[in-house]
Amino acid sequence: MNPKRKQKLILIIAMVAGVGIAVGLLLNAFQQNLMLFFSPTDVVAGKAPEDAKFRIGGLVEAGSVQREADGLTVSFKVTDNAKTVAIRYTGILPDLFREGQGIVSLGRLDDTGVFVASEVLAKHDENYMPPEVADALEKTRQAEESGKAAQTAVHGSNTVQMQ
Amino acid sequence: MIPELGHFALILALVVAVILSVVPMVGSFTGTTAWMALARPAAKVQMLLVTISYAILTHAFLVHDFSVSYVTNTSNLSLPLIYRISGVWGSHEGSLLLWMLILAGWTVSVSIFSRGVPLQMIARVLSVLGMISVGFLLFMLITSNPFDRMLPAPADGQSLNPLLQDFGLAIHPPMLYMGYVGFSVAFAFAVAALIGGRLDMAWARWMRPWTNIAWMFLTIGIALGSWWAYYELGWGGWWFWDPVENASFMPWLMGTALIHSLAATEKRGAFKAWTVLLAVCAFSLSLLGTFLVRSGVLTSVHAFATDPARGAFILAFLGVVVGSSLALYAWRAPQLRSNTSFSMQSRESGLLFNNVIMLAMCASVLLGTLYPLVLDALGIAKISVGVPYFNAVFLPLAIPLMLMVGVGALARWKKDNLVEILKRLRWAAVLSVVGGIALPFLMGRFTFGAALGIGLGLWVTLASLQGLFERLRHRNNKWVALRSIGAGFWGMTMAHIGIAVFSVGVSLTTIYSVEKDLRMAPGDSYDIAGYNFAFEGVRKAQGPNYRADEGVVEVTKGGEEVTVLAAQKRQYDIQMSIMTEAAIDAGFTRDLYVALGEKIGTDGSWSVRLYYKPFIRWIWLGSLLMGLGGVLAVCDRRYRRVSERLAQQTTDQPLEAKPT
Repeated sequence: MNPKRKQKLILIIAMVAGVGIAVGLLLNAFQQNLMLFFSPTDVVAGKAPEDAKFRIGGLVEAGSVQREADGLTVSFKVTDNAKTVAIRYTGILPDLFREGQGIVSLGRLDDTGVFVASEVLAKHDENYMPPEVADALEKTRQAEESGKAAQTAVHGSNTVQMQ
Repeated sequence: MIPELGHFALILALVVAVILSVVPMVGSFTGTTAWMALARPAAKVQMLLVTISYAILTHAFLVHDFSVSYVTNTSNLSLPLIYRISGVWGSHEGSLLLWMLILAGWTVSVSIFSRGVPLQMIARVLSVLGMISVGFLLFMLITSNPFDRMLPAPADGQSLNPLLQDFGLAIHPPMLYMGYVGFSVAFAFAVAALIGGRLDMAWARWMRPWTNIAWMFLTIGIALGSWWAYYELGWGGWWFWDPVENASFMPWLMGTALIHSLAATEKRGAFKAWTVLLAVCAFSLSLLGTFLVRSGVLTSVHAFATDPARGAFILAFLGVVVGSSLALYAWRAPQLRSNTSFSMQSRESGLLFNNVIMLAMCASVLLGTLYPLVLDALGIAKISVGVPYFNAVFLPLAIPLMLMVGVGALARWKKDNLVEILKRLRWAAVLSVVGGIALPFLMGRFTFGAALGIGLGLWVTLASLQGLFERLRHRNNKWVALRSIGAGFWGMTMAHIGIAVFSVGVSLTTIYSVEKDLRMAPGDSYDIAGYNFAFEGVRKAQGPNYRADEGVVEVTKGGEEVTVLAAQKRQYDIQMSIMTEAAIDAGFTRDLYVALGEKIGTDGSWSVRLYYKPFIRWIWLGSLLMGLGGVLAVCDRRYRRVSERLAQQTTDQPLEAKPT
């Protein structure tokens, strides 16, 4: 093989190896840091991982916010109007955190089923609803409606037949 | 009546833009000089019309014309003057108008500072810029007219989001847009070269200053955004890997690759097709950034206005721009073959190495930003990519990049000897290792990360200085030698030292920061890194359009007073929204940062956030050095000389025949 070709071959092999290693590391890091979002209904149903971080979102339930004696640890519940999950967070809450507000939180479940949050996010706009939360609420509403619809269908079967 | 004139001016600007995008382009194929010559005046008229429109919107803000619904939505009677001026781009419609104004400005600048460029080339460049104008003007007129009326006019407006009522954010969008839109010039040059099928070193020399200036604005714009997030959001972070930040970071990475690749194209005629592709990609990513931020697909502080029609329009526009330019590239790129060869050990290889790393970084950011959006759009799952992913990817890429920065800059074109270069750098290597190991002890405790950050920073700095030293060593008159060094070299050295400063800042801030959330009653105090933070209580304060609780913290070191920090919790009158305003004592080697949480109990206790952030200023200082380096390089004599020489030639230079 002439030197020029040899050089080219080395270059190509080095590049392929480099790219291969880089892609491998990249996808590995990516896989490890994907965080899924779950609604309170999902979490109660046991769909959320027990040993990994994930995100949860919903409305802060009215009357659920409690401060512990140290003043910095806060317990509250998030709801998607169907199920609720208890969250515990130590630190300073965002400016717009308040009861009834939509929030997204990052953390993991402890042994007792309490979600220990490392981050609580509330957006800087009182009309803003995190899309995930809006989605979860929409699902609950639809479930309720289809539930009602099913009931109406049973009770009102005569009406349906008449049409 | 006046706002309608603004609207009318925009429509006229669209007409002019259509003329600009069609007539000179057609003229460049038929060889009709008059048609091509139309490009320059058309660019000026477009600038005039957009400026009129912009001035009218600003006027509406200044006189509180609440019959314009955009003004109602973003301003009110109590808003201070400066935020009424910056409020013009405080929300979607106005920021598009700003974008358009900047695009018109870049177009006019190209038409003025391009005397040396052949008429055929400049006609095509301006024409492509005109096409981009058509896209944005249509977007504005169809989906987001800033002059829409709201009748009857309300007595008072709502408000600019309090987060945006801030000096840093007042200038962040214009800077960022200057960068985004600036890449449209590089894009236009690239497309013009593809259309003509001709790309020579003179072409690279025309394009390079424009690219550098756009890159400088983007660099400073991103740094400003980071600085703003640091002091305004109240978390003390400087980068969050938020999709919107990523949206501006991707064009930056691509632009950095582009300015390095252009160096090889200008000096050696190498990487021609590659340079063109990078220019297309950099602008496409700028458009993608606009789409991500403005369509509302992102959940972020930035997505203030959301409307599906807008997202669909930008996505379609993005598709047309990327699709047509890549099709053109596929058709024409084979003609742009570079006929130069270079050895594996050469400056070209160094630049190629830079490009590979930049592209890998860009691809990993793109993956982390778009993958969650795609999964969500397909309804598969709702996921987010955690910050550790980006850190895990960037660190291994940044280390070889920084190791190579100094070496590559010292290498000669075409062929050099790596071993020889490393020998010249032996003292730099020794000093970097020793300094990297020793200096972290000054911070109180040794960590490997700090040693790595400092060592790499020293290495890049010393290798850059070695380049300077070698240029002076064998000269008798050092002063003359110093003055004979071109601005291009100074710019490169400064930007590379900027990287060093930046990386030292990042590693020391990340490793040695102390962050404490505490419950403090008046009289309580807490020690962090030798500083004593004494909480004196909360008092009331009154601003122009807000009321605030102001927590006073006295900071002492060794019994001597350092500063008194007053952190505020503001409540704005209009939207009743609450905002944390952190108090920061900035310093060259450390920042002290206090933010107020909320009131706890009845004894005057508050939750308080105390931060000690060493060397955080170096992050922005480094970015500033990079940006200034980019501008300094543009001042190089050779760019002026070329345009003068070519200006003389063009008068008697025949027009290029129809491209085949």
